[in-house]
Amino acid sequence: MWLEPNEIKVKMVQYLDENGRLISGEADITDEELVSLYKWMVQVRVFDQRALKLQRQGRIGTYAPMLGQEAAQVGSARALGKQDWIYPSYREVGACFVHGFPMKNFFLYTMGNLRGADTEGANVFPIQIIIAAQCLHAVGGAWAGKYNKENSVSVAYVGDGGTSEGDFHEALNFASVYKLPIIFFVQNNQWAISVPRTKQTASKTIAQKAVAYGMAGIQVDGNDCLAVYTTMKQALERARQGNPVLIEAVTYRQGPHTTADDPTKYRDLQELEQWMAKDPLKRMKAFIVEKGIWSEEFDQAEFTAAEQKVTEAFELALHTPKSKIEEIFEFVYEQKTNQLIEQQQAVAAEEVF
Amino acid sequence: MPAMTMIEAINLTLRKEMERDERVICLGEDIGKNGGVFRATDGLQDLFGEDRVVDTPIAESAIVGTAVGMAARGLRPVAEIQFFGFIYEAMDQMAAQAARIRFRSGGRIRVPLVIRAPYGGGVKTPELHSDSLEGLFLHSPGLKVVMPSSPYDAKGLLTAAIRNHDPVLFLEPLKLYRAFKQEVPEQDYIVEIGKANVLKEGEDLTIITWGQTVPLVSKVAAMWESKKNVSIEIIDLRTISPIDEETILSSVQKTGRALIVHEAVKTGGPGAEISALINEKALFHLSGPIIRVASFDTPYPIASVEDAWLPNEERINRGIQEVFAH
Repeated sequence: MWLEPNEIKVKMVQYLDENGRLISGEADITDEELVSLYKWMVQVRVFDQRALKLQRQGRIGTYAPMLGQEAAQVGSARALGKQDWIYPSYREVGACFVHGFPMKNFFLYTMGNLRGADTEGANVFPIQIIIAAQCLHAVGGAWAGKYNKENSVSVAYVGDGGTSEGDFHEALNFASVYKLPIIFFVQNNQWAISVPRTKQTASKTIAQKAVAYGMAGIQVDGNDCLAVYTTMKQALERARQGNPVLIEAVTYRQGPHTTADDPTKYRDLQELEQWMAKDPLKRMKAFIVEKGIWSEEFDQAEFTAAEQKVTEAFELALHTPKSKIEEIFEFVYEQKTNQLIEQQQAVAAEEVF
Repeated sequence: MPAMTMIEAINLTLRKEMERDERVICLGEDIGKNGGVFRATDGLQDLFGEDRVVDTPIAESAIVGTAVGMAARGLRPVAEIQFFGFIYEAMDQMAAQAARIRFRSGGRIRVPLVIRAPYGGGVKTPELHSDSLEGLFLHSPGLKVVMPSSPYDAKGLLTAAIRNHDPVLFLEPLKLYRAFKQEVPEQDYIVEIGKANVLKEGEDLTIITWGQTVPLVSKVAAMWESKKNVSIEIIDLRTISPIDEETILSSVQKTGRALIVHEAVKTGGPGAEISALINEKALFHLSGPIIRVASFDTPYPIASVEDAWLPNEERINRGIQEVFAH
């Protein structure tokens, strides 16, 4: 019997509609957690906007904005336990903050300071640059976690573009063969720099790819923080039992790929406007205001507090001693080779050719 | 002390290290039930189980990438790439990931892993089964590259590699796997990574080589010494990265002549690096040009001509003549 791709049915999980009205049953979540999800989204958005400004002012280096993806990042990361691990790419800094990576250190990272790599105890792998390479590190991490009976889940964050890479395929294949405690969290933000999702894969959804690897998959509205959080909680339960999961969070990159990119070259303003109407913050705010646990007054105060936190983090980064060329020789091997010692000494003595 | 082949010494080492440290896990293609296509892991799955001797799907990037992820979280994986020519599939995970995680994490994360792979020609394999690609990884800071030439060295170096806290590429000369036996102590010993071995002392010429070409160079050097009135020093480099500069330089300063023999292709090969090193630091001790006997700058050829393509007795002879012509 032929397997016909158009016969595969995928239903997107959604709790809140675009206006923040609850459309599917009751979510198993406390009011306190709802407010916390929203506050984190505010924090991530404020950070993102400030980072963009700072880059334009030449005060930090290239930055990959996550505007519009706050629900996907905050909802997924808030569901994690402290013992769980995040394997991020460069557009997942929001999830990293939620999981404990200090904002100050991300500023240092973008400023080219070696201290920016310090997660200060948070289970966050170094930010990956090569697309989808982190998926395999998450596989190895999940393997080690299982072997050492840590009861931790490893989460590989990757984009829709990343699903085209061989490493993505190999990672899902390994994860399923070895029944690893791992979640592949795909933020389908519709664009991989200038290439739309439809040109990235002929699959109707990314979620359905899971089935071919023998694992469970799910598509969730990535701009619905409540849906993301709830789905991630379920995924974690499955993963902890050794059942890997693929989640496709459908979202939208409202900003450019990076600060070096101009999306007006390749996409319509109309599309952006349609997605702005589905903005994750707007939706969650309407829901919690309607629920009577949030107000306009609280909202303004929260934005002010978030601005203050970003300012503090940036100031701390600004006053951290700059990295020196001599330092780079320290982190190549456990012990410096003779070649590194010679080069480091020559640099220090200003005798280098 | 038992006499054993290199493949037996490697098998023994893996067994000893897995007994010693339960964080050591072997993974690779056909390494479990089959014991590896060369039998390097023969019997290990029976001893340690499927959780520690793991048959993987055919995916080199995943083998290395998974090993990186394991090592970063406290395991000590020993991954096998079935033939070194397949490493291109895993270039990113080797050179951009394994090699750099310590650096990129500001020294916070170490990746103590070993990638083992048989390399080298002369046994008429299919294409891409014989390549000597060590130069690619000499050029990748953060990796160590180790290439034994004897059963004794293989055990001592592999033990050191598994206990090392950095990613080590361990290249096994497949032609020498069963070429000869040597007495190898069963008990624990280490051959230090980064230290070359002066295999034979001499006065008039230094030949620098490693891995597969070591027995060949020894044979040619012995012929020269028996027929002509010359004395040849042979350095078995053992470790390609980091290069043991001190041993090379002190030898060349003594002999005044240098010949480098390797199976890697000539242009941009490790011989070029060694030659540049001698040029920078010992030029005025030289009585003649530094000569490289290496494979030609083509892809690894068809099996029918590989003996002429690889450094062979005749070409090493001519190389030695050329050094002494000045």
